Amino acid sequence: MTAKVRYGDVSEGEELKPWTYDVQRLNLVMYAGASGDFNPIHWNEPFAKAVGLPDVISHGMFTMARIGQFVTDWAGDPGSVKRFKTRFTSPVVVPNDAGNKVTVSGKVARKLDGNRVLLELSGAVGDLNVGMAEAEVELA
Amino acid sequence: MPLNRALIGKEYPPSSPYEVGREKIRDFATAIGDFNPIYHDEAAAKAAGYDDIVAPPTFLTTLGFKFGPQVVGDPELGLNYAMVVHGEQEFELLRPVKPGDVLIGVPKIADITAKGKNEFMTYEASIETLDGEKVAIARSVIVSRGTAPQEG
Repeated sequence: MTAKVRYGDVSEGEELKPWTYDVQRLNLVMYAGASGDFNPIHWNEPFAKAVGLPDVISHGMFTMARIGQFVTDWAGDPGSVKRFKTRFTSPVVVPNDAGNKVTVSGKVARKLDGNRVLLELSGAVGDLNVGMAEAEVELA
Repeated sequence: MPLNRALIGKEYPPSSPYEVGREKIRDFATAIGDFNPIYHDEAAAKAAGYDDIVAPPTFLTTLGFKFGPQVVGDPELGLNYAMVVHGEQEFELLRPVKPGDVLIGVPKIADITAKGKNEFMTYEASIETLDGEKVAIARSVIVSRGTAPQEG
């Protein structure tokens, strides 16, 4: 119930080590089932194309969940995340065979009171930003 | 048609109770590809200082399907769901969610604004136990494409 990172050991502006995850159609099917979001744009390619998307797209909340893992893996404790926000800036397109890769990066934007830090985070597919996030994390 | 701004501040009845299941937490964590043992294994969670496994920070999205439909589907709001995209999501987490929690969501429309052609509706839900313990606040911004009031 305590973060592994110490408040005294981090400094404002410090970059976190970027992390890249792979997203495949299977991930979207699993996420649909686990979350209850069965919108066909996340699993039905003809439907997605018929509504003007280039292909099936990831659930925004799947992207947010993976950015969340980036934060909890860094902090070392899931309970240390006190506030977490993500703005979905572009869809993550997930072609049937290739899937896609999303790189998450972040930095310590500010040190707050109560041993908390504000992390600024982003997800990107190549040069395309797909999500901007911030997390308030309570450190040790 | 623009969204009905008279509904800003409207509060909705609490959702039906949602009981957080142990396997549901594991399934959700597996589905997001997160194998942190604190989400999966009781012994590991206890070693980390928890009473039981806990849910990942975005788990409460599963509860959104309990309280969200009465807001976005409110006939007085005038939202065409086919024009909607999820713009933003925020959770304030007062404590981790754990198996056996019986939660309700109490939603309200916090704001409706326009920018360019689109409208942005913010609704937030207080997530509480049946005993009234506040567990989280979930805040969602949904984008209603092309429905902003026309200028002039």
